[in-house]
Amino acid sequence: MVAVKETVEQVKELDVDQYKYGFSTDLEVDKAPKGLSEDIVRFISAKKGEPEWMLEWRLDAYRRWLTMTEPNWARVHYPKIDFNDSYYYAAPKKNAAPKTLDEVDPAILDAYKKLGIPLREQEILAGVQTSKVAVDAVFDSVSVVTTFKEELKKAGVIFCSISEAIKEHPELVRKYLGSVVPVTDNYYATLNCAVFTDGSFVYIPEGVRCPMELSTYFRINEKNTGQFERTLIIAEKGSYVSYLEGCTAPQRDENQLHAAVVELVTMDDAEIKYSTVQNWYPGDADGKGGIYNFVTKRGDCRGANSKISWTQVETGSAITWKYPSCILRGDNSRGEFYSIAVSNGMQQVDSGTKMIHLGKNTTSRIISKGISAGRSQNTYRGQVSAHRKASNARNFTNCDSLLIGEQCGAHTVPYLESKNASAVFEHEATTSKISEEQMFYCRQRGLSAEEATALIVNGFVKDVLQQLPMEFAVEAQKLISISLEGSVG
Amino acid sequence: MASVTPLKTAAELSLLAQAEGSKSVRQNSFARYAAKGLPHRRVEAYHYTDIRALLKDAPAPAQKAGVAPTHFAFNEIDACVITLIDGQLTAVPTNPLAGVSMNISDEVPDDGLAARSVFPSDGDPIIALNAAFVHRTLRIVIDAGCAIEKPVLLRCITAGAVSAYSRVVVEVANGASMTLIECHECASGGLTNSVVEIAAGDDVSVEHIRVNLGDESATVLTSFGGRIGARSALTSGNFVTGGALSRHQVFLRFEGEGATATISGAALLKDRQQADTTLVVDHSVPECVSREHFAHVLDGEATGVFQGKIIVRPHAQKTDGKMMSRAVLLADGATMNNKPELEIFADDVQCGHGATVGALDDDLLFYLRARGLPKPEAEALMLQAFVGEALEMIAHDGMRERLEWLSETWLKARG
Amino acid sequence: MLEIRNLHVAIEDGSKKILNGLDLTIHNGEVAAIMGPNGSGKSTLSYVIAGKPDYEILDGEILLDGENLLEMEADARAAAGVFLAFQYPLEIPGVATMTFLKAAMNAQSRARGEGELKTPDFMRRVKLGAEKLGIPQEMLRRGLNVGFSGGEKKRMEILQMALLEPSIGILDETDSGLDIDALKIVSEGVNALRSADRSFLVITHYQRLLNYIVPDTVHVMSKGRIVKTGGKELALELEANGYADYVSDVAA
Repeated sequence: MVAVKETVEQVKELDVDQYKYGFSTDLEVDKAPKGLSEDIVRFISAKKGEPEWMLEWRLDAYRRWLTMTEPNWARVHYPKIDFNDSYYYAAPKKNAAPKTLDEVDPAILDAYKKLGIPLREQEILAGVQTSKVAVDAVFDSVSVVTTFKEELKKAGVIFCSISEAIKEHPELVRKYLGSVVPVTDNYYATLNCAVFTDGSFVYIPEGVRCPMELSTYFRINEKNTGQFERTLIIAEKGSYVSYLEGCTAPQRDENQLHAAVVELVTMDDAEIKYSTVQNWYPGDADGKGGIYNFVTKRGDCRGANSKISWTQVETGSAITWKYPSCILRGDNSRGEFYSIAVSNGMQQVDSGTKMIHLGKNTTSRIISKGISAGRSQNTYRGQVSAHRKASNARNFTNCDSLLIGEQCGAHTVPYLESKNASAVFEHEATTSKISEEQMFYCRQRGLSAEEATALIVNGFVKDVLQQLPMEFAVEAQKLISISLEGSVG
Repeated sequence: MASVTPLKTAAELSLLAQAEGSKSVRQNSFARYAAKGLPHRRVEAYHYTDIRALLKDAPAPAQKAGVAPTHFAFNEIDACVITLIDGQLTAVPTNPLAGVSMNISDEVPDDGLAARSVFPSDGDPIIALNAAFVHRTLRIVIDAGCAIEKPVLLRCITAGAVSAYSRVVVEVANGASMTLIECHECASGGLTNSVVEIAAGDDVSVEHIRVNLGDESATVLTSFGGRIGARSALTSGNFVTGGALSRHQVFLRFEGEGATATISGAALLKDRQQADTTLVVDHSVPECVSREHFAHVLDGEATGVFQGKIIVRPHAQKTDGKMMSRAVLLADGATMNNKPELEIFADDVQCGHGATVGALDDDLLFYLRARGLPKPEAEALMLQAFVGEALEMIAHDGMRERLEWLSETWLKARG
Repeated sequence: MLEIRNLHVAIEDGSKKILNGLDLTIHNGEVAAIMGPNGSGKSTLSYVIAGKPDYEILDGEILLDGENLLEMEADARAAAGVFLAFQYPLEIPGVATMTFLKAAMNAQSRARGEGELKTPDFMRRVKLGAEKLGIPQEMLRRGLNVGFSGGEKKRMEILQMALLEPSIGILDETDSGLDIDALKIVSEGVNALRSADRSFLVITHYQRLLNYIVPDTVHVMSKGRIVKTGGKELALELEANGYADYVSDVAA
């Protein structure tokens, strides 16, 4: 276990608070007035220099949102959110449309450097990283830079901020935006449609295997600012892309809202692999502060034999409300969901997936590993359904929970719905704790309580970690152990 | 979606008229129902059984008891039989069995607010309606230490297109044992709403069996609440072939350490029947064991629903809970909805659930046919074994054999 | 040298006393065997030396080379040189055996203030040790003890002992569940580790194991105490006459 020792050392270096991304960066920012109204929607659209159709789309969403109510079925509790008490647009001032990295405010570059995200291509190439990763860096409401754009362009891949895509590739954006997650899908998604500020856009043309991993790194910096990002990834026939997403935020006493929408589309024989390491600030041990993470992520396997795979490692946020899903529309299409959700302190997680089998011979696989510690509540909520025409649909779900300490909760709420006689669904769930015998065995061999816990937990989540790209997996492993710091006595 | 108050359905309007036109209706309980009306799919506990949409009308309660059908599926069971026709409870045996006493009581039925109630405190609408409309409660008391060999069999008949409400409360004192069977026969167009409560003391052994053999256009809504004392064993089985709409709700709570609950169910449905089993097992004390196994066989355009929740409260350490739900769909029009839930607040527990939905195993089917069995027979054999897994958890030999025979008959009739 | 003096131990909740004033000294290089009927407290003794938390020490002391083990956590005792080969080794799903071995070896070297092993050296040592015990490479990639047979688990315990180089190896009923071939392999593994500065405590119910691992001293345990001490011939005598004499002696 390479990470065990390193992790334990890192944990020791940290003070009472283990969140190491809690710093904030002082910058001059361009902000919208506080609050939410049609004027704010217009303000955002104008700031982005958007065409009329985009503004109309946003306004339509805003008006619909006003008639909607917040969902209340999830097992999360929080005080009523005052949507007028937040800023909906914040952009670093010096960052007005940088052409090259040299024009980006050095303070921002520094912030990303501190987070371990290299943005200078030459640094990446010279660095120890074995594989190249192109990064779109989103800082509060704007994308500050996208790396390796030129190299990707040669392969025909479009990788840019969504704002840029709206201007440069309106035909693609108009065709696909809102086609997977409809404007009125749910309260938070509709709000996102009205006020989203930036995010990433990826287009992989027919037959192209994206030459490198693509990634977006989201950073909330400003106080009282909501982040509403929007990501759209389209994989044309026979194409492939692996996409990574990371996120952090400063440590603040107020709760901040993050309501993202991610839409994926795969055509015939195409594949998208989407990996997330979510590490938003979780709040302190008493539940003060932290990000409210209300996210709608959905993939549409539109073409035959297409595949969408979600892998997530969720360690952050005060509240996580997130169900990356697959609509298995194309015959023989496949959906996968691999998840590790770690909760500690006062965190509340309600996360899972939906696998909607519509086409023939569609298959899905769900592996969920929940780890609860402290006084946290960790819920897996997942739906698997087979439509009448989904003959020979197959699903396998395995969902395990590990409890560390007696004040936390672990909950499993699966929904299995089949309307087709040839569909076969199998679901199994278990709940357990680290046994005292296992613990003693490890300690007899010389491991400390912390090391033993890290080792056993890493074994528990191994099936999911294996799904992550190499560098991400090592990071994730460390992160999980750090998140559990203080949970063993 | 904006929250709007939907218009009342025909059934809701009928219920309102019935409540207004009667002096005997308990208005407090009716108000608890009326606050939310008939439950629908946006109410999580009724997500898969939208009573508001499914219940076309609520027939008026019968003014006097109708006539019982002559045929009774459990005639051969040696039992102390109490027949309740159209919810009318007029007389009970004075000396039914040694150690058993029965009486008709005017007590206020529990609608979830009674002290130590096992029913949802926020008011289950079906139970609230029962509490509002039921005439009287049949109270059965089993004396401490008495082992009652002969089962008490409640033959609940809804003889016509009427609503029949019944309420039975059983107290099993420490160290006693008994078997309680409720068999529901509901005529075409009838509506049965029955509630059975069992309070089991310490070191008790109780078996409860609920059977729904109603007409295929009947509505049978039953609720069972069980409180289980220390070191007691409670078994509860459910068997359904009848009813257009059947919902059986089970609410169990462990109240003493070292107790065991074994809950099972088998439903064989065809045409457009729908049967729902909704189960909540509440481990509120340490060191109790619960086992659940449910089997659904769904033909035609039938719908099976299983919702099961195991709750482990803080400090209920060493809980051992396992729940399994399995369904076979025999036709493309059939639907199965499964929602097995775990809600766990203690760490030193062994809990798990499993759910499967699928068709019969082709390889096994082929194997049987290769041994010379025609397809329908081979299928029936496999289905019998499938249903048998749930039925074998029923302890009473006579009842188990009879239910096996009833499922065999159902499978043969399928052809 | 391991010295146990006047050890009194009860199960943690105080419900039952298991060790009743046990005295035992094992010198460097000595192989001591403890025999005794079921329930005499043999396994408890091994757990208490290794530091399992479920016991309450009422009185007495355990010294390893003069250091008081009772004041240390289980991992500190391991680093000090105590190795317990478990009667029922635990399974750790998802943690490859190789990973576990490396984590344990590095943790112990760190605790002793020594440098960590270089990966190629580590690999060589594990490979060599595994070959001697007939442990296939494939097993090292699997989750620790997951799906291993009884014999495989015991061999894995001996491999761990060989790699961790303890100053005292405690074998708790290592012969249970082993067929004769596995017993030979395991015994050879143990014998290869015998040296002037390493001692062993071999706990067994049957004399059979002692044909392969020949002890210097044999102690008979009954009702939480050592009731008789002798040479290796004592084991043969027990085999012939059973424990009845010693058990009743104490009772009388």
